[in-house]
Amino acid sequence: MILTGFSQKDRKARETLALSVIRLVAGGFLAILALIVGYLAWRGLGAISWEFLSQFPRDSMTAGGIWPAILGTFWLAVGAMLVAIPLGFGTAIYLSDYARPGPLLTIIRLGVNNLAGVPSVVFGLYGLAVFVGFMGFGRSLLSGCLTLGALTLPTVTAAAEEALRQTPASFREAALALGANRWQAIRQVILPAALPGMLTGAILALGRAAGETAPIVFTASAALTLAPPESMFSESMALPTHIFNLATNGSHIAATLPRQFGTCLTLIVLVLGLSLIAIILRARLRKGRKW
Amino acid sequence: MGQALLLRPKLSPTEKGARLFFLICALVALGQMLLIMVFLLGEAAGLFKTTSLWDFLFSSQWYPTYDPPEFGAAALIVGSLAVTFLSSLIAAPVGLCLAVFLACLAGRWREWIKPAVELMAGIPSVVLGFLGLVVVAPFMREVLDLPTGLNILNASVILALMAIPSIASLGEDALTAVPREIQDASYALGATRWETIWRVTIPAAMSGLSTAVILGLGRALGETLVVLMVAGGAARIPGSLFDSARPLTATLAAEMGETAIGSPHYHALFALGVVLFLLTLAFNLLAHWLGQKWRKR
Repeated sequence: MILTGFSQKDRKARETLALSVIRLVAGGFLAILALIVGYLAWRGLGAISWEFLSQFPRDSMTAGGIWPAILGTFWLAVGAMLVAIPLGFGTAIYLSDYARPGPLLTIIRLGVNNLAGVPSVVFGLYGLAVFVGFMGFGRSLLSGCLTLGALTLPTVTAAAEEALRQTPASFREAALALGANRWQAIRQVILPAALPGMLTGAILALGRAAGETAPIVFTASAALTLAPPESMFSESMALPTHIFNLATNGSHIAATLPRQFGTCLTLIVLVLGLSLIAIILRARLRKGRKW
Repeated sequence: MGQALLLRPKLSPTEKGARLFFLICALVALGQMLLIMVFLLGEAAGLFKTTSLWDFLFSSQWYPTYDPPEFGAAALIVGSLAVTFLSSLIAAPVGLCLAVFLACLAGRWREWIKPAVELMAGIPSVVLGFLGLVVVAPFMREVLDLPTGLNILNASVILALMAIPSIASLGEDALTAVPREIQDASYALGATRWETIWRVTIPAAMSGLSTAVILGLGRALGETLVVLMVAGGAARIPGSLFDSARPLTATLAAEMGETAIGSPHYHALFALGVVLFLLTLAFNLLAHWLGQKWRKR
């Protein structure tokens, strides 16, 4: 075959060379990742204290803390899930259990799939035009939540549909054979089996919503607020936009550098913590599954 | 037909209600997509009262605040494509190496490394942009003796850093989906490990691997914060790796905040949004098409 031209020695040498290169590149990249995380943790921990986490910024943000940004990110992420989970789970149930093959199903699938590929800054534009402008919510937590909800909807839907499809067909058939109608089968048999998987996807989306910057820059975020948000119609600080503002605007970029690292670490711990919970949950689920 | 209607059991009200509810959820999700397109196109249309489509796409004079303003987006489009292409030159080989490593060489380490890599894919882009700003930029300025260190190369490196974990994760899925038997058959014929990977496993996984790379690129193209923070921001057609660029996403994020709703500049930014939307759509369709094409072979 093609290999006959090479002596055994050549083949051995190629084997060693190729595998070493792959190991080297992979190992190098993993080392860089570890270095990044280590560096951020080292620089960030220096800035984090109870005061830093629990107080409002003071003195042009060179002192005080990031509490309003933490609070804002919390509300934005939770609000986004309040939008995305009901809609996403509902869409997933429709796609997996109700829809019959046909043009409507194709169009819905196409729409949801393409929504997943739309860049987050385009969602920002959409939020600005629709929620801030057209619907008149202004720059507010509500506009930000709706924008982030739209952004995470495809992720939540895809994960939920995946989880629903993984429940064995025999579950459905058994419930229907016992005389349950479709809704009873879904509510009492399929949802309990699929819900942990669906929630895992939602937690991952929650982490993503917390870390997004571009969609909230013009829909929800304020550079500085001196009081916690009063209602869902007030604008709010958020961790990602706080990092961006401190690092690129303002007159004290050098003076606030430690606080920038501190805010980065807080955001990473929040986002990766959520993802970690989801990954552990997913692993547990796979082990404990009985079908 | 009549027979079938008679045989179909009568639906209870809750059953009907549930069906309607889930249908509405799906239609709202679909409506989002339509609304995005309608609003993007609707708001973008206003630009073409004053600027021709030709000038918008092929002029590189982007002076939105001049009087009269000029909205030539060529430099911004080229900027986006330049950082995406350059980052792919780094991200594709490294990501695929990592995928092969995870799927074929890592052994029992795989179940630790893969989640770690996936976790890294979740680092918020603003954090990576921040690293580009405070670590990579000063480093480049010192070592390469440049005025700022905020340039295409810096942005591409950071974008690659973002794209590699997703390319590796999707690529690994594609490689592990290759049936065990055909790899065993290759070993049985006397092929070495590398020969099996290179001539059997990788060709068999080509569909998934190419999709992984294209999706990674699509992500780099749509990424905003990294290019906003480290690409430099000059709206000129870049001539070298160390030139500053202003990709579409960066322009949107930088200028939208200071623009009055309904002004020509506002409409121009939505037109940029349409271009960005179409470019990412093209990437997704390409990924889909490549997946289909290889599957058929």
